[in-house]
Amino acid sequence: MKPSGYALDTTFAALADPTRRAILVRLADGEATVTELAAPFDMSQPAISKHLKVLERAGLITRGREAQRRPRKLEPRPLTEATDWIERYRKIWEANFKRLDAVLEELKGKQKKTVDALIEETKPKPRKRKAK
Amino acid sequence: MTKTGALKITTPTDRELVMTRVFDAPRAMVFDALTKADLVKRWLLGPPGWTMPVCEIDVRSGGKYRYVWQNADGRKMGMGGTFQEVVQPSRIVATEVYEDYWTGGETLVTTELVETRGKTTVSTTVHYASRDARDAALKMGATKGLEASYNRLDELLNEETH
Repeated sequence: MKPSGYALDTTFAALADPTRRAILVRLADGEATVTELAAPFDMSQPAISKHLKVLERAGLITRGREAQRRPRKLEPRPLTEATDWIERYRKIWEANFKRLDAVLEELKGKQKKTVDALIEETKPKPRKRKAK
Repeated sequence: MTKTGALKITTPTDRELVMTRVFDAPRAMVFDALTKADLVKRWLLGPPGWTMPVCEIDVRSGGKYRYVWQNADGRKMGMGGTFQEVVQPSRIVATEVYEDYWTGGETLVTTELVETRGKTTVSTTVHYASRDARDAALKMGATKGLEASYNRLDELLNEETH
């Protein structure tokens, strides 16, 4: 097997196109022929075939055996690896940002205290009456 | 507007990763929390169990920064770079390079802060300069899962369709 970095690179490159992502969404519902896949897009069949080739090279889809129809089928494994990587990244950053939230809350508390102290300082002090 | 607390991650190209998060604080305060060493070392810790004994930040164009993390076993991981552009409190562009053996190269990280009604949206774009850099980052983070997960697929794909 190719190193996962390379495999993921190919997966992300294949996913970096909205038409290809739409094709994958369609295939998540079940296999489909090139004609069926081309139908919702304002695109020629050769253009769709090019996108399918990119998805095939990335291992994201495979061709069925039926000689005439050759329906395309979604292969979930590379996507799982890509989403796993994003999930791991997400978890680390979610934890980081939660701690950042706490730091910001503390800063807001400190700022409020400073502002309150300033308001207190500028308040007119009750004057003492001069004793006669 | 994005809800406070929800982290959005997208991969608009094969060389980029974009993270967006809303914080319930004014922009100047968020900028401080992102760039003042004594604040950064309290939150930028990565996986559980890691601390940040070294955090040096000279936040100005041409200034440098360096972070070192350490886990309970004493394993260390260092990272640093140079600020290419600093516009307080709205924009930071910095190079980022890991000091470890697996480093494949430098990434360019652009952080943008936008304030709306007292809340600040921070978007971070990580741009991988080369395939080597991207591979190094991915190899480090990649985990192999054999189970199909259409839910997560939907999540990834919905970012484009909705």
